[in-house]
Amino acid sequence: MKCDYACHQPDHLLARRRFLGTLSAGFVAGGLGLLTAPAAAAQLAKDQKRVILFNMHGGLSQLESWDPKPGTDTGGPFRAIPTSVPGIHISELLPQTAQQMHHLCIARGVNTAEDDHGKGAYMMVTGRREMPGADYPKVGAVFAKALSAEAASLPGHILIAPWGGGSRGNDAAYLGPNFSSISLGNGKPPANTARPDSIAAASDDARNDFRRKVNERFLSRRRTAITDAYTHSYEQAHAMMRERDSFDVTKESPSDQSRYGSHDFGRHCLLARRLLERGVSFIQVVHSNYDTHNENFNFHFEQLGEFDRPFAAFVADLADRGMLDSTLIVVLSEFGRTPYVNHLYGRDHWSKAWSVLLGGARIPRGTAYGKTNERGMEVVDGQVDHASLFHTYLQAVGIDSLGHFVVDGREIPVADPAAKPVEGLLT
Amino acid sequence: MIDPTKSQVVADWKHDRPLISCRVDPQSRFLFVAGEEGALSRFSLTDGARTPMPGGHETWVWSVAVTPDGATVLSGGADGKLCWWESAAVEPKPIRSLPAHVGWIRAIVISPDGTLAATAGNDLVIRVWKVADGSLVREWTAATKDILTLLFHPQGQSLFSGDLMGVVKCWDVATGTEQATFDAGELHSFNEGQYVHFGGVRGMAMSPDQKTLVAGGLYKASNPLGNVHEPLVLRFDIESKKLLSKNLCDGIPNGSLWRLLFLSDGTLVGVCGGNSGGFLLFWKSDAEKDFFRFKLPNIARDVDLYPDGGHLATTHHDGHLRVTRITT
Repeated sequence: MKCDYACHQPDHLLARRRFLGTLSAGFVAGGLGLLTAPAAAAQLAKDQKRVILFNMHGGLSQLESWDPKPGTDTGGPFRAIPTSVPGIHISELLPQTAQQMHHLCIARGVNTAEDDHGKGAYMMVTGRREMPGADYPKVGAVFAKALSAEAASLPGHILIAPWGGGSRGNDAAYLGPNFSSISLGNGKPPANTARPDSIAAASDDARNDFRRKVNERFLSRRRTAITDAYTHSYEQAHAMMRERDSFDVTKESPSDQSRYGSHDFGRHCLLARRLLERGVSFIQVVHSNYDTHNENFNFHFEQLGEFDRPFAAFVADLADRGMLDSTLIVVLSEFGRTPYVNHLYGRDHWSKAWSVLLGGARIPRGTAYGKTNERGMEVVDGQVDHASLFHTYLQAVGIDSLGHFVVDGREIPVADPAAKPVEGLLT
Repeated sequence: MIDPTKSQVVADWKHDRPLISCRVDPQSRFLFVAGEEGALSRFSLTDGARTPMPGGHETWVWSVAVTPDGATVLSGGADGKLCWWESAAVEPKPIRSLPAHVGWIRAIVISPDGTLAATAGNDLVIRVWKVADGSLVREWTAATKDILTLLFHPQGQSLFSGDLMGVVKCWDVATGTEQATFDAGELHSFNEGQYVHFGGVRGMAMSPDQKTLVAGGLYKASNPLGNVHEPLVLRFDIESKKLLSKNLCDGIPNGSLWRLLFLSDGTLVGVCGGNSGGFLLFWKSDAEKDFFRFKLPNIARDVDLYPDGGHLATTHHDGHLRVTRITT
């Protein structure tokens, strides 16, 4: 669906007035009445709800992480270890995370029935199956739209990946490019956000004032989503220049940098914490790669060995800083991996029975919801899918997942209307 | 007379789980085999009769070694346990079990005189044990990434380690001090698209004249997670530590060498597994390319040489233990 609101619909005019009125303070964002109750809006703002999503790119093995099956023919060579929650065991590859399990919840009955990387990834971040002619906003855009404060000086939707960077994603669909992700490639600040030394601050302010005046004159006659995005990009860049230190993890204490580890993923986790503390609504941190058709165990030893410590430190820090109640944590992939071990010591794609880790916000603490059978081949209790999980993520931070966006006067369900939240994953 | 071109499978024994590693009893009585079930099995070389060896390990066994007198078997598991077994016991059970390492024990080797065992794995530490009583003799940190393989020098005073980063080190067994380093970095890669370290030194062997050290594994790893890589052997001059030559294998785009052995005539044997299939590869010392390759019926994971020098035992993913005769 194209986002072209040159239609002058009343809600857009209102949005435009808000937009123009807040240019000097930053950029526009804000929800469209998606909160579960109007009274909750104030509380939400007070609580500053946030979401962090760890994307285990390629398909994390549930058997080497959240749903180990030791002693079975599908279990592989790694053992299960106890966690801080009696009765819940996870893979020995995650000893630090195991000690944070009382903050977390494992959904062990995920069945998405889609073994294709692209399709599975789309489903997990949109809550819907891909369909020709339809495009839906990614989860980050939805949260940015619903949770970002209008006066926020930092983007509401940030992607931290080992690759790329410096660009804006095309992942907001009909919500418009203002809610697309800002990519911090390998955790680096957005490109060109440092004012050149040759331009004095006063000169820079004067330039921007002049640009705003010209923009305002132009927009008074003709306004589209594209022009808004153009204007918004400038304002956001200007705001980010003022907030450039927010992206600099070297400003964190040496002890924190040490706790999170010197590798890239540790740095990315610390950056995510720093940005959440500064009010960013949604951050996706990508950890790659888990598509381990070959030598699954060696690669999971390597990758989870890197993931475990900074992730556990991140969870512990949110808890210690009182942010866990207001921050939803999601650890997902596009699918899990086959219970059977192939001839290459690998595991292939498996979407029939896998796990997603949740934590914080309204997610129950220290629980495992759902169950797979003894060999991990199928879900036997508490089955959930991408659509019900998407509803659950939204509800967990107080967003009415059964509500709708209004785009060009049309109501579009926020989440798949054929699904509903998983009550067992919400307190 | 050794003639790999006449290779043929002369025994094929089936187990009910995929097999990992194997070692032959130097007294020519048994084959000791580790499988994905987390236990050892003993196969009779006479008739292939299997004797289960339950207990000892909580999970998969990666490494097996037999003392030169054939009396004792050692096994190392993914549970970090090192177990001792009486090889010929009617109902084998562990006679000693030690928490030897944190995480996987990937390699066990026994000194030529049979008195010492060296172990290593994911905790980056080499530990040397007395075979007789299991006491720890010495330990030292030996790598920055997983140690994949070990090799005792035939004279017993030196020990070679090979790791994931493609580093081969030679250690003084008596002191644990480093004596030499061999650069086998071509066997390691870090894939910038998949963000993984891959490959490493997976097998080592020393030529019968003790002048050449070979290190094998894989290279051209364009897709580590998808098994796109080719087997490679690097030959080093032991005295100068310099790379002498490479052994390649054309036409195996999806393969890795898991172990290397020298035959008595100086022929180098490598066992290869991967999507390209299972192979026994044979190289002469003066040629880059293999002069013969024997296609095995299934992907292979380990190999060991019979004491007669004319038979090779291989373990396979299909649960079969196969014996290939390489003589006329």
